[in-house]
Amino acid sequence: MALLQIQPLSALGHDDTGHDLTALSWAKKISLGSFGLGLLLLLVCATGVAKSNPLLFLILSLGLMVVGAVAYFIVASREAAPGIKNNHLFTNAMTSRGAIAWVTGILITGFYIILYWTPGLLEHWIRLVDPLSFLIVGQPADQWFLYGTFYTLAVLVMGLRMILVKYRHNNYHIARTLSIMFFQLGFAFLIPSLLKRLNQPDFYFSYFWPLKYNYLFPNDVHALISHPGRLGVFMVFWGAMMTLIATPILTYLFGKRWYCSWVCGCGGLANTLGDPWRHLSDKSLGAWKIERWMIHAVLVFITVTTALLWINSATSGHILGSISNALGKIYGFLIGAIFSGVIGVGFYPLMGARVWCRFGCPMAAILGMLQKYFSRFRITTNGGQCMSCGNCSTYCEMGIDVRWYAERGQNIIRASCVGCGICSAVCPRGVLKLENGSRKGRYNLTLDDALIEH
Amino acid sequence: MAHLVIIGNGITGITTARHVRKRADLQITVISAETEYFYSRPALMYIYMGHMRYQDIKPYEDWFWQKNRIDLIRSYVTAIDTDSKTVHLETGRSLAYDKLVIATGSQSNKFGWPGQDLPGVQGLYGMQDLELMQRDTAGINRAVVVGGGLIGVEMAEMLCSRKIPVTFLVREKFYWDNILPEGEASLVARHVRSHGIDLRLQTELQEILPGKNGRVRAVVTNKGEEINCEFVGLTAGVHPNIQVVKNSKIAFGKGVLVDEYFETNIADIYAAGDCAEIKATAAGEKNRLEQLWYTGRLQAMALAKTLGGERTKYERGVWFNSAKFFDIEYQTYGLVSNEPRAGERSFYWEHAQGQRCLRIVYEAESGAVIGFNLLGMRFRHEVCDYWIREKRAIDEVMENLREANFAPEFFKTFEPEILAAYQRQNPNKRLQLKHRRNFFEQIFPKGFSRGASTNPATLSARP
Repeated sequence: MALLQIQPLSALGHDDTGHDLTALSWAKKISLGSFGLGLLLLLVCATGVAKSNPLLFLILSLGLMVVGAVAYFIVASREAAPGIKNNHLFTNAMTSRGAIAWVTGILITGFYIILYWTPGLLEHWIRLVDPLSFLIVGQPADQWFLYGTFYTLAVLVMGLRMILVKYRHNNYHIARTLSIMFFQLGFAFLIPSLLKRLNQPDFYFSYFWPLKYNYLFPNDVHALISHPGRLGVFMVFWGAMMTLIATPILTYLFGKRWYCSWVCGCGGLANTLGDPWRHLSDKSLGAWKIERWMIHAVLVFITVTTALLWINSATSGHILGSISNALGKIYGFLIGAIFSGVIGVGFYPLMGARVWCRFGCPMAAILGMLQKYFSRFRITTNGGQCMSCGNCSTYCEMGIDVRWYAERGQNIIRASCVGCGICSAVCPRGVLKLENGSRKGRYNLTLDDALIEH
Repeated sequence: MAHLVIIGNGITGITTARHVRKRADLQITVISAETEYFYSRPALMYIYMGHMRYQDIKPYEDWFWQKNRIDLIRSYVTAIDTDSKTVHLETGRSLAYDKLVIATGSQSNKFGWPGQDLPGVQGLYGMQDLELMQRDTAGINRAVVVGGGLIGVEMAEMLCSRKIPVTFLVREKFYWDNILPEGEASLVARHVRSHGIDLRLQTELQEILPGKNGRVRAVVTNKGEEINCEFVGLTAGVHPNIQVVKNSKIAFGKGVLVDEYFETNIADIYAAGDCAEIKATAAGEKNRLEQLWYTGRLQAMALAKTLGGERTKYERGVWFNSAKFFDIEYQTYGLVSNEPRAGERSFYWEHAQGQRCLRIVYEAESGAVIGFNLLGMRFRHEVCDYWIREKRAIDEVMENLREANFAPEFFKTFEPEILAAYQRQNPNKRLQLKHRRNFFEQIFPKGFSRGASTNPATLSARP
């Protein structure tokens, strides 16, 4: 038997198929046209043309984008049967680190850099959302209101994509996506805006220490407690209660997912806007090692910083002087701004959507430890039905090699698992099921296979 | 150190190597002409569809093999010299072995159709087939897929993902009807058609016609119809790939002949997986070929025990298999034959929308369940295995259906509807669905319900 000449395997899947795989129907073209027109108008607004009538330009630009996107989803859902359709993700330039992905990554990263350090450049955009800000907050917008508007719109619109198109056959994803849309819109956008309107402290009820690290910093706590009215005291109580009591209990019952995939805004953006890039996470053992070092280092960093700030505060700055404050600032710059913002979101198209959640988030580190050692959650493997195809690992946004466990018939219990449920959805053999159950037999190391060196 | 040589790096060869490594300190060498590294054969389709790349369908990172002292050789074995215990490679190199495992898998069937070797005509089994298919389907207007099995429907789905119109020729009256009963077969056929596949049942391939360029131009069916196409997928099953033993002293029939220990007629030579033909042990039985991913893995695990010094008979346990037909998942446990056999009864439920169904086959007299077929639903392997192994009665199974449910959270469940259908067929029975969960139990589920009311031992067919 003569062997065929074998082409480099890396070339597989990247050939020119000769088929117009991206051919669009007219309905899709019109929808995209609307989206593109809105985007163009938005860009033009950055020059200040909207000054004369911001409301009109706001409605036209964002309105055309939203209407276009939603129309596109509706058309897409009619054009293809429900089911997992990851066709050509690895040959599409936008989803396989092609040129468009690089440009998109640079654009998002650039936006974050401007937002954090030179917001003046966004002045005309900030004025554009003034009408909305007056409506909700009752005062002119600032850069953070602009950011909140964009962020919330991204979660809502791309959340609709999850519900109407991509996972419309899957109730777990519909429920989970509705939940993150609800928490983003209500808890992370409307409620903080209304609080501001009512002259109450700016507060997110869906973020806790250590993710929202300053909520347990002495300055913030003192400021809240001394705020006129009782709400500030309640906020301190809420924050501490969520961190110390609710988090362990909810994680015990449901695993880390109650927060990371159902409530958190970072996870919310990752699982809506970031969903098309989820397969770009690194699954290697090396990446897992780096992950464990990094995420726990960040946790230690913020814990030490918080402790020092309190010691400093208790001793009126006599013992540690300015060191603790400096640490707080460094953490805010390195982790709060650069890691969770610029890299966390800016690198979506290149490294997948959960870079921050996986390598940096100290809240995820705590939830992960609880999940691994003190939770009823696990992903159950259905006996011997796994055929090692790798869809589960490929589409795991946290870079977990799910297949490693599944092919051994072993339950998947990993600190980093956010319980998004995509592994179960993409499995072509119905092998995986997210479950909360008795802790007895949770680690089912019944197969001697687990003993193999790795 | 004794040298174990394994020919073939598919699921059987690699599972053997990995399990022997855990059990014994042998030198292990795996030879493959196909690819440098082990990959999941059932996942080939996902490369073509752009869901994954080659590196994604490799279950182990490349450093794994060296770390676990499994040597990989990329070459083709040209001969086995059983006297000198040597294998000869295409490269001219020879390797001495102490023990040899033949795990060469299978090859696509071709039934002597005129034109079956034309360019543009191929099966789908290995990496080279995939590369060929990538090349030969670029820019074509129509493809014809021949053969109503699992690979055929996979190929149709692959082509469909590239918007290539597909005509699917199936000889039988229903799709895959030598395995699936009519209900399931029709359900799948409807679903395949709903994806725009031109499914032609009871239609056979007669001839493949070349065009002026020497490539395939059209096929002719047994109904005399000529269908223009530039690609033909031949997926009418597979047969053992035993080229390598044909000029040796190793006995073969359809496959390499082995006993229940996977021992061939020559000492220290074993064969397992698709290429092995397991000899019947009792009169009236037939030799068997087991050509599934799962059986390849199970056989390898038994063989690895033997090679590790613990001579172990292969006992497969309760049969199981699964597949996916476009968007509909299929699972089967135990034995469900396409036609009801004597002394058997079968309960069939199909959802009103025709996208999911359940069949339970049981003994008419005792009621003991024999097999399950599921489309569009997921059942727990452990629970079905337990019910079948312990011969639990159909009534008990029906009452405890919730135990088997493996549907993801928040999915609609159908147990009441299924039980109602069973009650209608058996009006004299009074059955009550068990394991209803109240609100508290939904939040604090006991989880992990195993078999019906008692706790089964571990799965007999555990991987």
